[in-house]
Amino acid sequence: MISPRRLQLLIVPFLLFLFAPAHAAQVQEFILDNGLKVLLLEDHKSPAVTFQVWYRVGGRDEKDGKSGLAHFLEHMLFKGTATTGPEEYSRIIAKNGGRSNAFTTSDMTVYFATMSRDKIHIQLDLEADRMANALLGDTYFEPEKKVIQEERRMRTDDNPGSALYEIAASVAYTIHPYRRPVVGWMEDIQSLTRQDLVDFYKLYYAPNNAVIVMVGDFNSDEMLSKIKAAYGKIPRGPEPPKLTLVEPSQRGEKRVTLKKEAELPILMLFHHAPNLHSPDSFALDLLSIVLAGGKSSRLYQELVYQKRLVRGIDADYSAVSKDATGFAISAQLLPGAQPANVEQQIDRSLDKVKAELVSERELQKAKNQVEAAFIFAQDSIFGQAMKLGYYEMVGGWRLVDSYLDNMRKVTREDLRRVAQKYLQRDNRTVGTLIPTKAKTQ
Amino acid sequence: MRKLLGLILFGFLAQVVPAQGAMVPKRSVLSNGLVLLTSEQRALPTVAIELLIDAGARHESAEHTGLAHLTSQLLTDGTAKRSALQISETLDFIGASLDTGCADDLATISLTILKKDLGVGLQLLAEILTGASFPPAEIDRQKQAIIASIKAKEEDPGTLAGDAFAAALLPGSAYGRPVEGTEASVKRLDRQRVQEFFKRYYRPNRTIMSVVGDVSEREISSALTEALKNWSKGEPSKAPTAPVQSDVAKILRVNKDLTQANIILGHGGVPRGHPDYYAIQVMNYILGGGGFSSRAMDAIRNERGLAYSVYSYFGTEKSYGTFQFVMQTKSESAQEAIHLAREEIRRMRDELVTDSELSDAKDYLTGSFPLRFDTNRKVAGFLGQVEYYELGLDYPDRYGELIRKVSRDDIQRVARAHLSPDKLLTVIVGNQQKIAVK
Repeated sequence: MISPRRLQLLIVPFLLFLFAPAHAAQVQEFILDNGLKVLLLEDHKSPAVTFQVWYRVGGRDEKDGKSGLAHFLEHMLFKGTATTGPEEYSRIIAKNGGRSNAFTTSDMTVYFATMSRDKIHIQLDLEADRMANALLGDTYFEPEKKVIQEERRMRTDDNPGSALYEIAASVAYTIHPYRRPVVGWMEDIQSLTRQDLVDFYKLYYAPNNAVIVMVGDFNSDEMLSKIKAAYGKIPRGPEPPKLTLVEPSQRGEKRVTLKKEAELPILMLFHHAPNLHSPDSFALDLLSIVLAGGKSSRLYQELVYQKRLVRGIDADYSAVSKDATGFAISAQLLPGAQPANVEQQIDRSLDKVKAELVSERELQKAKNQVEAAFIFAQDSIFGQAMKLGYYEMVGGWRLVDSYLDNMRKVTREDLRRVAQKYLQRDNRTVGTLIPTKAKTQ
Repeated sequence: MRKLLGLILFGFLAQVVPAQGAMVPKRSVLSNGLVLLTSEQRALPTVAIELLIDAGARHESAEHTGLAHLTSQLLTDGTAKRSALQISETLDFIGASLDTGCADDLATISLTILKKDLGVGLQLLAEILTGASFPPAEIDRQKQAIIASIKAKEEDPGTLAGDAFAAALLPGSAYGRPVEGTEASVKRLDRQRVQEFFKRYYRPNRTIMSVVGDVSEREISSALTEALKNWSKGEPSKAPTAPVQSDVAKILRVNKDLTQANIILGHGGVPRGHPDYYAIQVMNYILGGGGFSSRAMDAIRNERGLAYSVYSYFGTEKSYGTFQFVMQTKSESAQEAIHLAREEIRRMRDELVTDSELSDAKDYLTGSFPLRFDTNRKVAGFLGQVEYYELGLDYPDRYGELIRKVSRDDIQRVARAHLSPDKLLTVIVGNQQKIAVK
């Protein structure tokens, strides 16, 4: 899709493969006096550098009624500073041969560009400028609000799968902010004010709440002194509030249906599951692969291939999440298949992994997939930077290093145990998309 | 959800590609006629392979629309030696991926694999190319899956708009028909037709193979010569002929209960080999190809907030091309957005671009060019394109000059020659009761 930047990653389950941990051994960490953390990883495969600024703020830091604020602010960071005109940032990066973008998730807001090594200082300076001096210009506030509402229409309102995920998440969580969509509810977006943006910016955009991640063809000493020169003078900001909400345990299955224009039903089973701080996360990663990683996986074989009930099936588990996360199984049904029947078949497969050990070969196959993905992921400097940033945001970049060792230690018994513990009916939300047809005119 | 979000992520990574080191591509032709392109990249123990095969949908009749696509989908569903499950089990166990695809002109096979498993991968590839077996039960399954995906496509307004545009622009040609076929045409396909199609078109002398990664040209060409020794020459490729294009302005509507109007304005364009290709690239960057630096983005998104996504592009195939201006806006704004789009297209012809627009466009296109090749997979894709479109292996060295020599007058000349505001096809997918466009 040739769509512009500013992506909003509503959920991050697909990160498992892309950002399978790589060695972080050569990463150098520095912390400036104003609290800005800097992670540098030299990679001299090619003469390019990716430079990213990660802010520890996202949808989870918003209040009810203000959903979409973090993402709106991300858009407004492109509207200029005292020294850079509106949309000038993108133009400057582009005319210097760079590619830039930004995205917001529940946990973070990230700005990045990839450029040749002799141009990357331009991006470095522009990011320093908008960390402290964004104007969040009045003139651009209302048009940009409309743009974001169009973004919501395109990504969610007119997309059956995203719409189902949004409503299922809003039911699965009782108090935790992951129940709110990152793009924001339409009515919330409508009621956001410029003052909301200004307050949010002042609270969260400061060196002590940000991390610079840089990977590519540069010299660390030289780059660090450039970063110090550009960022060192930005004053430390207030200590942002720490969110300590803990979602209470779910005690009984929840069900939600969404009726909208679509052709095929979608079924989604969302189970609450721990994030990477739990030792169970490694087994859950592998369990998701045993269940739906590749055409030889269990759910694919049973539901797509043999029973021919669904077009495709996914088991997504995103451990790299700030708070407790989800293990979601989702499938789009073939014409004629019934959601109740598909659910029953999935349950049968889940009952099996809870009752019997997976085979040695299945476990080894899942581990091999992780190990291979780990090597493939090192191909791109952007991918490596993303991985470091994600881990840093949710628990510390050094966790990247221990991932493979922990994954290798997982046993068949672990898989059975985590399946029993988390893939329970009482711990899940079942979402069903029921297609309706447009009235023909 | 991975599938649903995959597109978004792909778009996003595709825009942030860092540069590959020296490509140093080599070209050779094996005795069976296969064109082999290699680039040795030793930084990681991985190999990316891509095959472009002259076995696309242009070779099928209207009655059997979907035959080329069905054939490509079935390649990994059984060989003389392995069942579909054995093939996927082999690949999954080594964490490799083997994907097949099909477009109007070309079928593709992509393999991404660790160097240590390259032998396994080549063996499997050879089994497929010389002995894909098309088991009847798998044909049934694939036909059912394809018919479901044709239904699922109805949920994707952008794809629906694209299909409607192609059908109206290229009537009576394979290029105007959907590659997957229709429910009725797919039901008509049978094993005999698939086998005949495979036997006739999947031939080494109709194939370009790119191999990029931790392997030398010598290693790979001797391994391939051995593995593919039973893959014999067939009838040679014939260049595709240009389809007849409609040049009548009209509005096409597809009714869907959506919040947005999904709009394409467009008409015919130029083939890849057209002498105006590079001037058109620069012109289109200014019009709507340049992301946040384009006029379309300024007028429709930044100034008025009418769209999140708006862009234009020239699709350039071997024998023909298209121009498309694509956007989504809430139903009520459709008329205004279409008006603005037409104005921007017209302005490209009427006024010279400014010096700074021109230099910004050139600086981006030349400066970001190396960033297109950040991974082995992307280099493999690029080498295949260079061969297919006959650009020459020195193309990366020549690209900068081809762009830099474009002048403001050239831009206006190609805008006048290749943008026709009076002949625009307008496709609107959405809630037609709310979309009041005349």
